[in-house]
Amino acid sequence: MALSVKHMLGLEHVEREDIETILDTAASLQEISYRPVKKVPTLRGKTQVNLFFEASTRTRTSFEIAGKRLSADVVNFTASASSLSKGETLADTARNIWAMRPDILVVRHAAAGAPHLLAKLMDTPIINAGDGAHEHPTQALLDLFTVREKKGKIDGLKLVIAGDIAHSRVARSNIYGFTKMGAEVWVVGPPTLIPPGIERLGARVSYRLEDAIPEADVIMMLRIQLERGAGSLFPSLREYAIRFGLNSARMRLAKPGALVMHPGPINRGVEISPEVADGPYSVILDQVEAGVAVRMALLYLLCGGSEHENA
Amino acid sequence: MEMRTLIKGGRLVDPSQGLDEARDLLMDKGRIEAILDPSSKVTTGVKVVEAEGCLVVPGLIDMHVHLREPGHEYKETIASGAAAAAAGGFVAVACMANTKPCNDCAAVTDYIIEKAKAAKLVHVYPIGAATAGLLGEGMAEIADLKEHGCVAVSDDGRPIVNAEVARRLLEYCKGFDLPVISHPEDLNLSAGGAMHEGYVSTQLGLQGIPAAAEEVMVARDILLAELTGARLHLAHVSTAGSIRLVREAKARGVAVTCETAPHYFTLTHEAVRDLDYHTSAKMNPPLRTEEDRAAVVQGLRDGAIDAIASDHAPHSSVEKDVEFSLAMNGIIGLETSLGLSLRLVHEGWLNYGQLVERMSCGPARILGIPGGTLKPGSPAHVTVIDPNQEWTVDAAQFQSKSRNSPFQGWKLKGRATQVWVEGKRIL
Repeated sequence: MALSVKHMLGLEHVEREDIETILDTAASLQEISYRPVKKVPTLRGKTQVNLFFEASTRTRTSFEIAGKRLSADVVNFTASASSLSKGETLADTARNIWAMRPDILVVRHAAAGAPHLLAKLMDTPIINAGDGAHEHPTQALLDLFTVREKKGKIDGLKLVIAGDIAHSRVARSNIYGFTKMGAEVWVVGPPTLIPPGIERLGARVSYRLEDAIPEADVIMMLRIQLERGAGSLFPSLREYAIRFGLNSARMRLAKPGALVMHPGPINRGVEISPEVADGPYSVILDQVEAGVAVRMALLYLLCGGSEHENA
Repeated sequence: MEMRTLIKGGRLVDPSQGLDEARDLLMDKGRIEAILDPSSKVTTGVKVVEAEGCLVVPGLIDMHVHLREPGHEYKETIASGAAAAAAGGFVAVACMANTKPCNDCAAVTDYIIEKAKAAKLVHVYPIGAATAGLLGEGMAEIADLKEHGCVAVSDDGRPIVNAEVARRLLEYCKGFDLPVISHPEDLNLSAGGAMHEGYVSTQLGLQGIPAAAEEVMVARDILLAELTGARLHLAHVSTAGSIRLVREAKARGVAVTCETAPHYFTLTHEAVRDLDYHTSAKMNPPLRTEEDRAAVVQGLRDGAIDAIASDHAPHSSVEKDVEFSLAMNGIIGLETSLGLSLRLVHEGWLNYGQLVERMSCGPARILGIPGGTLKPGSPAHVTVIDPNQEWTVDAAQFQSKSRNSPFQGWKLKGRATQVWVEGKRIL
């Protein structure tokens, strides 16, 4: 069992078969997290470097736990800003890391395409843990995993992603991932937060949450960056919460059994009301749990697969 | 005594005289002596240079380059830039003012001209800063700049945001018959953008720059040119909307000219994706859509666009081996400009006369500099082009000090084989 890709840079170029392999592998690895001794020797002797150029607590922790449960030696390399502030280029940083012979790199960067530059410069498999507004493939994979667990399928479902689509890597990866797996994806938000040409990525657009909710099997709310409430893209967080937030009144429009998801961290009372976030439809914590399993699966498939050992 | 030189056996293409015929070109004492019928007997005391199968054209002029000296000599020097220009088939270039210090005073102009003379290659015409320090506020000492050799003024790289400053600048320059070269960009609309705004920027998660960021400023500057009656030249137009505005303005009789760069008629925003975020696809204005690209080609055909200029913008790995959104804008172009432009001829979009018009006659006329013609008596600035010579772009072999080209590895057809500046061969 191996993937047809060497890196996991994004879901745009990943085949459905690979996504299924990852989800199946994640399902088989999930029980490790319930053992009294949460560790298997699969990646013993492998070095996993988490290269985080952008602040992240949850994603980094999730990758760290995933690596450790597989017995990888996990090293965190945190750079607060671009390498340029130190006078070296990203290419220099990449060559330095590579010279230390890691077996797999997990990269988070505020600049779209940064993991792609690294992938061109080194031989090591790279997992994109989020690059700017481009992709966040492991988030989409854990979302797919969660939906598949809860709904038993993805094919034929309707996913609504609501919020700041323009600046969201989660939205892009989920559009690719869910449409490849046979779901229909709608993006919803004020026109200022819907980027041009999003339809060509496979999504349909609506400007009204009320119109999208009744048909939805899954409602995914995106975090609004609080600093965007300053008035240039929408008037205020107050108006946003009223017009585009998911609250109990809007949830009454939803189908029974619809799932409410959020990649976190949530802004309670902005894009999602506390009653909904903590309510019966919410699978937000299941997503977090799935994150560890999905990341274990990817680490295993990209650097621990038996074919790699024979090579 | 210096011998006369006869460029023999070529096809002479000179739109300034409506010529596209087999002709021999006789040069003497740095000037064009005569255009001869191929059957005419070679007179004695003449050195013959073969141009069989080649085009003999008025020397090419690149009216928009960045030579980086003074201040950024690690990217390019006037000498290396002049060598790149000669290798690319040019007899003259006009260099933008955004050096360090910038060319906003006669001392810097003198320095550039002195360095160019020492290089003994192409003519280098400085373009002076329009505003002091390129700050877009007070005017630079424009009359002084002109007296010392500047052929135009421009804050290229930055627009002049304040419309009143732009208006007075145009008005003032009118009195000295200097063209004002505008870098049309609305900085508020383009703020934070790394590429053209469209579905590719959405796909790549890069912040976009809408076409309107350019067009809003093109429209404003045309209105100001109309108000003042001054000579406006728009640098690097890249959108269908800009070209439409220029075409309409010309039809109304506004004294506006414009240029485009080879990358705008060769590549589209898809290149950013196809090159997988390679920073050699990052420039300002950004690569646009296929509709824009086609409009640029049409503009070159019908004369809405007056000139092809490379916007040669050398950068080192420090500026380019970085995250796409952090990389500096610009690509080198002097050594690929002709080869890329010839593609338009090979594909039937332009004829040779139109190509020469846009790469020689047009720039000479806009800047008011010698050249752009092979009329007897004019300076012997001549480029000889083998239009069928096939070659592969290898930036490592370039004369330029920088390597930032998206055309690395491209197979091109046609290149300059001889360049003559005042009758002296530099290539």
